[in-house]
Amino acid sequence: MAARAAFDAELARAVIDSRRSAPGAALPILHDLLHQFGYIDDAAIALMAEALNISKADALGVVSFYHDFRRASIDGHVLKLCRAESCQAMGCEDLVEHLEARHGLAPDAWDAGRGLQVETVYCLGNCALSPAALFDGAPIGRLDRGKIDAIVADAEGKAS
Amino acid sequence: MSAQVFVPGDSSALSVGADGVAAVLSREARSRGLDVTIVRTGSRGLFWLEPLVEIETPAGRMGYGPVADEDAGSLFECGFLAGGAHPKALGRVDDISYLKRQRRLVFARCGLTDPLSLDDYRRHGGLKGVEAALRLGPKATVDEVLASGLRGRGGAGFPTGIKWRTAAAAAADRKYVVCNADEGDSGTFADRMLMEGDPFLLIEGMAIAGVSIGATMGYIYIRSEYPHAFATFSRAIERARSAGVLGERVLGSAHAFDLEARLGAGAYICGEETSLLESLEGRRGEVRAKPPLPAISGLFGKPTVINNVLTFASVPWILDHGAKAYAEYGVGRSLGSQPFQLAGNVRYGGLIELAFGATIRELVEGFGGGARSGRPIRAVQVGGPLGAYFPQSLLDTPLDYEAMAAAKGMLGHGGIVVFDDRVDMARQARFAFQFCAKESCGKCTPCRIGSTRGAETIGKIIAGRDRQKNVELLRDLCEVMTDGSLCALGGLTPLPVLSALDHFSEDFAKPPTRAVAE
Repeated sequence: MAARAAFDAELARAVIDSRRSAPGAALPILHDLLHQFGYIDDAAIALMAEALNISKADALGVVSFYHDFRRASIDGHVLKLCRAESCQAMGCEDLVEHLEARHGLAPDAWDAGRGLQVETVYCLGNCALSPAALFDGAPIGRLDRGKIDAIVADAEGKAS
Repeated sequence: MSAQVFVPGDSSALSVGADGVAAVLSREARSRGLDVTIVRTGSRGLFWLEPLVEIETPAGRMGYGPVADEDAGSLFECGFLAGGAHPKALGRVDDISYLKRQRRLVFARCGLTDPLSLDDYRRHGGLKGVEAALRLGPKATVDEVLASGLRGRGGAGFPTGIKWRTAAAAAADRKYVVCNADEGDSGTFADRMLMEGDPFLLIEGMAIAGVSIGATMGYIYIRSEYPHAFATFSRAIERARSAGVLGERVLGSAHAFDLEARLGAGAYICGEETSLLESLEGRRGEVRAKPPLPAISGLFGKPTVINNVLTFASVPWILDHGAKAYAEYGVGRSLGSQPFQLAGNVRYGGLIELAFGATIRELVEGFGGGARSGRPIRAVQVGGPLGAYFPQSLLDTPLDYEAMAAAKGMLGHGGIVVFDDRVDMARQARFAFQFCAKESCGKCTPCRIGSTRGAETIGKIIAGRDRQKNVELLRDLCEVMTDGSLCALGGLTPLPVLSALDHFSEDFAKPPTRAVAE
């Protein structure tokens, strides 16, 4: 994954300003901030509130509502693992157990040492090839233990 | 002329290596001094055959699949550019029974064309719908949609023409067209396939809506779990704009209509239309109380037509071929075609577009070929996480709006998920509540609190505590959620729960295991 810029209030302000006049600008702004920094910094929330002329509480309310807008920096890889019904029918929960038992990776917890986060998602629209995942944005179908092992090794290799 | 080789760029195809195959084929061709153009297409929706490589021959498109990187050399050696024999050869793609038995109106082009080529789109019948709409004028266009019997394909099945007529009649300085592409139901992928494989069709459908209700601006809200669909669709919008399909003068007419793609942020509830509108306005995706209907007061308080991807994508065919031709497909009040999506534990999962009326069994056995695991099928969930689980004895239920409702289920977005005999239905029922708890917007109490209490109650039943009493409590809770929730999330979560309880009661009476209530 491309290295993220460290949080920088000036840069954040520029990102926000380029979108602030769009109708219903909050989500496009937050996506741009996420893209730029990899997370939504508390300071950025205050800047967005000011730019959109809404209260900080309202701005925080928007950020906290959506699963995508993580509040802490993770500089590394993200494995989005689908755990919805179609993938359940093809054994995704066995893969979750495998991740924990074999690799010590719990879902939805940032593993700083390995630079890898396994995130639960519900449906990636690849249900005919379940179980499905997205690794740093690249789709993976028919996920199995072997592919999981390769992904973890890949993430560790890239992280070191 | 250079030989054309078609390799899907659909994200399902990518998930099993289509990019690698395209690169290897291109390299092989170069090393053999052959003039080959690789065209990236959408997917035909025959996913067990992906990557499905196709060649244009005088006899039609010939298919090879599933192609692995290591097949590239042998494909060239056997002369696949002329349709030569090979262990992975599938013959004429149109003759593949899975495809031949379908009735593709919406997905007619998907997988055939370059999704980002407007010329390709036109050559394959594109833009005829919007041309017809411009010829007919707004009122006659709405009448045509009304007469076709088209109903909302997002799940609610509301007559599309009535929605459009209401928005058309509303007086306002601005109106909007919004496409709900927040396809969050597990087991559904038709919206994604279409946005990646034939985006101009959706743009055309939305433009027809804009012209007929007098809206000049449209938004499409695409979920963030679909990064490829968002990228492809955004590029398609740019191309449509520079070709004059969108903009100040739609195809040279007096109508202005433009489009913007917006990205969701991982909230299932934003597939609910009023929650989606809140999100588009930059707020928390909390459901609005209805009335007012969005057709009267929707996005930014203006009259808004909000429809699902498949609804808009059905409209160009209707305008091109006429409402009467469309209404000849289907049964009763479920007219036209429905793109079903077959997934889960099934041998041949994919996109199956049929006229309404086929049964669940025809889909899961006739098309799906049974469970992928080779074990008996025990349960089939129809309509996503808010849809009912059907047992073997109900698999002959027809897949139309009324028959599904009569069987205490719903068609939803046409997703069908197959489970084999290892499924534990008490746990599936508990998952339905857990999912609802996680994704509830929190605005109404039955959904916000009921989902958590429901998951706990099923936990107690699984653990063997006061089973009879807790099952009664569960049914009571389901009644409260059904009647008292603001929207379909809380209101329909009881469907999977009650269907599990009614049809698979033995799973709620098993001796408790050591893993007790979680």
